[in-house]
Amino acid sequence: MAERSFEVARLPGFKFIAITAFVLLYMPIITLVVYSFNSGQSVAVWEGFSLDWYGKAWANEAVKGATYRSLIIAASASAIATTVATMAALGTTRRKAFKGQTFIYVMINQPLMVPEIVTAVALLIFFASIKVATGYNGLIYLIIAHAAFCIPFAYLPIRARLEGMDLTLETAAADLYASHWQTFRRVTLPLMLPGIIAGAMLAFVISLDDVVITEFVKSGGQDTLPTYMLGQMRRAVTPEVNAISTVLLALTVVLLTAFFLLTRKND
Amino acid sequence: MTETPIAIEARNAVKSFGQGAVAVRALDDVSVQIRRGEFFTLLGPSGCGKTTLLRLIAGFETPTSGQILLGGEDITHLPPNKRPVNTVFQSYALFPHLSVAQNIAFGLEMQNRPRAEVAATVARMLALVQLEPMANRKTSQLSGGQQQRVALARALAPTPKVLLLDEPLSALDLKLRKEMQIELKRLQQETGITFVFVTHDQEEALTMSDRIAVMSAGHIQQVGSPRDIYTRPANRFVASFIGETNFLTGTSDGTRVVLGNGAAVDVTAPKGPVTLAIRPEQVRIAGVDGGGMPATVASTVYFGTDTHLHLTLSDGTAVVARQQSPAAGGIDAPKGAQVGITLPTDALQVLGE
Repeated sequence: MAERSFEVARLPGFKFIAITAFVLLYMPIITLVVYSFNSGQSVAVWEGFSLDWYGKAWANEAVKGATYRSLIIAASASAIATTVATMAALGTTRRKAFKGQTFIYVMINQPLMVPEIVTAVALLIFFASIKVATGYNGLIYLIIAHAAFCIPFAYLPIRARLEGMDLTLETAAADLYASHWQTFRRVTLPLMLPGIIAGAMLAFVISLDDVVITEFVKSGGQDTLPTYMLGQMRRAVTPEVNAISTVLLALTVVLLTAFFLLTRKND
Repeated sequence: MTETPIAIEARNAVKSFGQGAVAVRALDDVSVQIRRGEFFTLLGPSGCGKTTLLRLIAGFETPTSGQILLGGEDITHLPPNKRPVNTVFQSYALFPHLSVAQNIAFGLEMQNRPRAEVAATVARMLALVQLEPMANRKTSQLSGGQQQRVALARALAPTPKVLLLDEPLSALDLKLRKEMQIELKRLQQETGITFVFVTHDQEEALTMSDRIAVMSAGHIQQVGSPRDIYTRPANRFVASFIGETNFLTGTSDGTRVVLGNGAAVDVTAPKGPVTLAIRPEQVRIAGVDGGGMPATVASTVYFGTDTHLHLTLSDGTAVVARQQSPAAGGIDAPKGAQVGITLPTDALQVLGE
């Protein structure tokens, strides 16, 4: 019986397609990483191994400023998004089904569906009028914008975690003299914590990576790492950009690995 | 302060789910008194309302109407965390992020008991359920039977006035279930706490309980000791749900009942058509051609020490008789044999509808 069942891995050409797909996916990234160690000026001609570009990027004040802003924005935005997403997840799972539930679900996940450029233009126009009216140009606009599009990324893992949780546990806590708050604090929160951390990490990575919305919303001198790199590309491309990208890539890989470990079924 | 002999009481409790035409009455005007320190069982098929009644006592549900009283005090609208009542859940509902000891300590900590008292009680509970070596294990590392004991210890630790048990043994295999039945009975006697035990297993109910309430369709059909329930079932439902029973229809003239096959038995019943019940082990086989009502052996089922004879009376009524197997001294009546049976008058129950 088993050998008759359909096995995609045994179709002719499967190996070839799989290998091609992996090469196409990872060759550019590998090339980028390799050339970050190039001693020459080019991102296409290998001249020898060196860590010069990492040193240069590290010494570059513009890179430092952009890194600092990126981290501030990502940390603040993911914190806000995770808090909002946690409350939204509790509100959509810890009650009986209600009218308009699907609508609310769609609203929360709206940033996943609306083209990013539309959100970017809308935020540009909206924030421009506030900037004119208040005269304030701080990072807060970027933080709010990032928090908004990070919410669904934080929401989905938290909600998945809550949905997989046995509601009897909360009933049992109440039966054992826990108040609503104690039940949340001692049972619900610890059990949903892996989901919350996973959501926060995903939100952090998404924020760190954003170009389109940041490019539209930022005021002068508010480059984040991705928009700084985009600006550099317009001039001379040096392996400095490769070096920054490689560091970002390493950070993302670490966070996403942690995310997968946390969302994996434990026990 | 004198304590009432009634630990918990439901007065005219009604619980409906849903509204309007689709409303379902899970409990329909149920009144029952559970005595202090007794092992009380709510027995019935699924959907009979036994779990709903348990949830009303625990406070997980509020009755649509009626009252729940604990020691004479109205607790109908008290939330579960304010009731000195603890529950052993069918799924155990152990906290997966806490160790065995932390699980047991949970209720005590929520009551803000002093740390030393919590530690002492947890140690005592671990000893009570024989799980001392497991104190620091995660609950997911325990077997089903061990998880069951943790759930029991956790619910007993705060010394509740009433312990509620919602089919706690249904997830265990037969051997473990038998052990836990004895264990539960021992715990109840050692702690002296009132146990309210929900089950659909009539054997479990008969072996463990001081008193049983048999429930069906949102009503309590009969409350009584296991012996009462078994030997004097109040109605046809109770008689058929608890153990095996033969039903015989007949007509009463006030002093005797004439059965369908024309034979008369000396049973007093109100005039008119009646249903009589008799347990298979009380049907006497008088022997081949030994007198009594004539019956034909339709089939025999061998159970080891016992054999069940499926008999047919002359009017076609089916009667099951249980007797010792021929090797143990019973009559050897093969399929097709003609036998005579007698129905002892004191074993015949007149059933209400």
